[in-house]
Amino acid sequence: MATTIVLNKILKRYGSAEVIHGIDLKIEPGEFTVFVGPSGCGKSTLLRMIAGLEAISGGDLLIDGERMNDVAASKRGIAMVFQSYALYPHMSVYKNLAFGLETAGYKKAEIDRRVRDVAKILKIEDYLQRKPKALSGGQRQRVAIGRAIVREPKIFLFDEPLSNLDAELRVAMRVEIAKLHQELGNTMIYVTHDQVEAMTMADKIVVLKDGNVMQVGAPLDLYNRPATQFVAGFIGSPKMNFIAATVESADERGAVLSIAGRSVRLPGLKVAAAPGAAVTFGVRPEHLTVGAEGGERLGEVTVQLVEHLGGETVLYTVNHAGDTLNASVDGQLKVSHGERVTLMVDPLVCHVFDANGRAIATPAIPAAQRVA
Amino acid sequence: MTSQTSLGAAVPAGGRIASPGRIRRALGRNAPGYLFLLPWLLGFFGLTLGPAIASLWLSFTNYDLLQSPTFVGTANYVRIATADPKFAAAMKVTFLYVVLSVPLKLAFALLVAMAFNRGIRGLPLYRAIFYLPSLLGTSVAIAVLWRQLFAADGLVNAALANFGIIGPSWISNPNYSLYTLVILSVWQFGSPMIIFLAGLRQIPTDMYEAASLDGASKTRQFFKITLPLLTPVIFFNFVIQTIDAFKAFTPAFIISEGTGGPINSTLFYTLYLYQEAFGFFRMGYASALAWVLVVIIAIFTAFSFLSARYWVHYDD
Repeated sequence: MATTIVLNKILKRYGSAEVIHGIDLKIEPGEFTVFVGPSGCGKSTLLRMIAGLEAISGGDLLIDGERMNDVAASKRGIAMVFQSYALYPHMSVYKNLAFGLETAGYKKAEIDRRVRDVAKILKIEDYLQRKPKALSGGQRQRVAIGRAIVREPKIFLFDEPLSNLDAELRVAMRVEIAKLHQELGNTMIYVTHDQVEAMTMADKIVVLKDGNVMQVGAPLDLYNRPATQFVAGFIGSPKMNFIAATVESADERGAVLSIAGRSVRLPGLKVAAAPGAAVTFGVRPEHLTVGAEGGERLGEVTVQLVEHLGGETVLYTVNHAGDTLNASVDGQLKVSHGERVTLMVDPLVCHVFDANGRAIATPAIPAAQRVA
Repeated sequence: MTSQTSLGAAVPAGGRIASPGRIRRALGRNAPGYLFLLPWLLGFFGLTLGPAIASLWLSFTNYDLLQSPTFVGTANYVRIATADPKFAAAMKVTFLYVVLSVPLKLAFALLVAMAFNRGIRGLPLYRAIFYLPSLLGTSVAIAVLWRQLFAADGLVNAALANFGIIGPSWISNPNYSLYTLVILSVWQFGSPMIIFLAGLRQIPTDMYEAASLDGASKTRQFFKITLPLLTPVIFFNFVIQTIDAFKAFTPAFIISEGTGGPINSTLFYTLYLYQEAFGFFRMGYASALAWVLVVIIAIFTAFSFLSARYWVHYDD
């Protein structure tokens, strides 16, 4: 049932402007893959090329080994859930669900059985005779998903399906889509600009920027080992802190960086750079602690803003050089605005990027393994 | 803004009646607004509402412009209903014209709008060119031109002659004359076309994309998505064009040289009304004819709105 999708040097051009630059990607059967990236990175265009809604300018799209570039959208075994839901406003929910099956020429009894089965799965049985305008955002979203499921496609594509929902409903629908994937086991591709959605739903995340794939990997791989400063900044919430630094020394045992004029020891972090090299030091807010213990001393900072969230406290701080550093610390920590605190860091979860934004630091023991 | 504020002052919360002084003050504050409205108010009361009320009164009289109107009660209406074969002829011609020209014009307008909706280059230019007949179509000049085109020795017959066909005199043959007017009406498809185009642009692209993923052919997409979602625009165009068709006058007047001939074949209702009013100076009777037309149009419009609930889809 589950299907493999392979993209070989996929290109998209609009006139002379190339917007997708030769993407290679393999999506394994039954995998939940998320395309994530900022607006304009090409994630929706790539999805639409897979769907058959955009022509492929170059390269090959293979579905289960068969070249699909010139195959009509309806013949690719794909169903898609649109950002706007794309429900037919003049049809009842039942008719919306049945439309694809009627088009395919299924018998009435079979259509009815499938529509009612899907309505049951998505808990929309009570709304079958309503028009979309009489439904809430969440209910419309369910109908849109139902319309995809009812055709029993090989592949599901989701184009930012939750972006029109409020925060609470997004979380609820996120869970439902993940459950649906577990139940159906189909290959699914999901496009979002929300890295939290990507992290929570994906088996595999594809981070895109300017029509290029920046990194492909499991959510925790991308979180722990971002290949570039862009991925490091994009994956993870709150966002990673970046500070300009200079390498003082670097060898197999660790490195010493000059950060804001202060030497910071990073034992166990192998940095592939020569002394004197200008680099960017990166550390996630949740990897910073306040106090004199628990890692290496990063320096003193002034607290500019405190957000007490209960479970955690977010500190917005600035060091003497004017670099901003956000720290996500213990929720019960008593810190107030204007206070000076010392930030400590575990060197093995720190990141260092060269002038081109490439990651050049490798922990002697990967953080994920240490946690395990 | 001003009027809203003033209205609030003149009709205070709680439903108390405002004092004359407060109303005067409110009117005073609104004076600039009324001043700007004045040309329209003068036009509406002096040239539309006033004459309309006068014609309603005149429809119950005999009036020949030279002598004072004499009240005759419902005699004019009784004559229309029972003793005027020309009224029946005019009704027949007008209904035939409405039934033929409106659907044809709307279908043609939709066809062209759909062709334009495919994102062709130079669309604004084409749109303007295709809209032009709507601006010119009801003019005397175009009606004269139409008469030349469809005359026995006109361009249409000259073109047909190239294929060895000897065409009749389209406008002087009662079998064809009305159809030349129908063609003239269809040619003026620009106005509904522009409205259709705007309506087509309102249909989200992803509806079609969803349908194409479902395997729906272009024809199925047209009948299952485009047409239903366009029904509010179709309804609007249908009502407006039908009312316009009922009121059509100039082309028939020019082409038949005011006679409605040959053999009453182009005797539009408004042309008959004109003949009664300005040919025979039976102003009272013509007024009654005008009010009958108003009632016919009102009944048609009411039925259209009643039927709309069964076939017009409104999203919200």
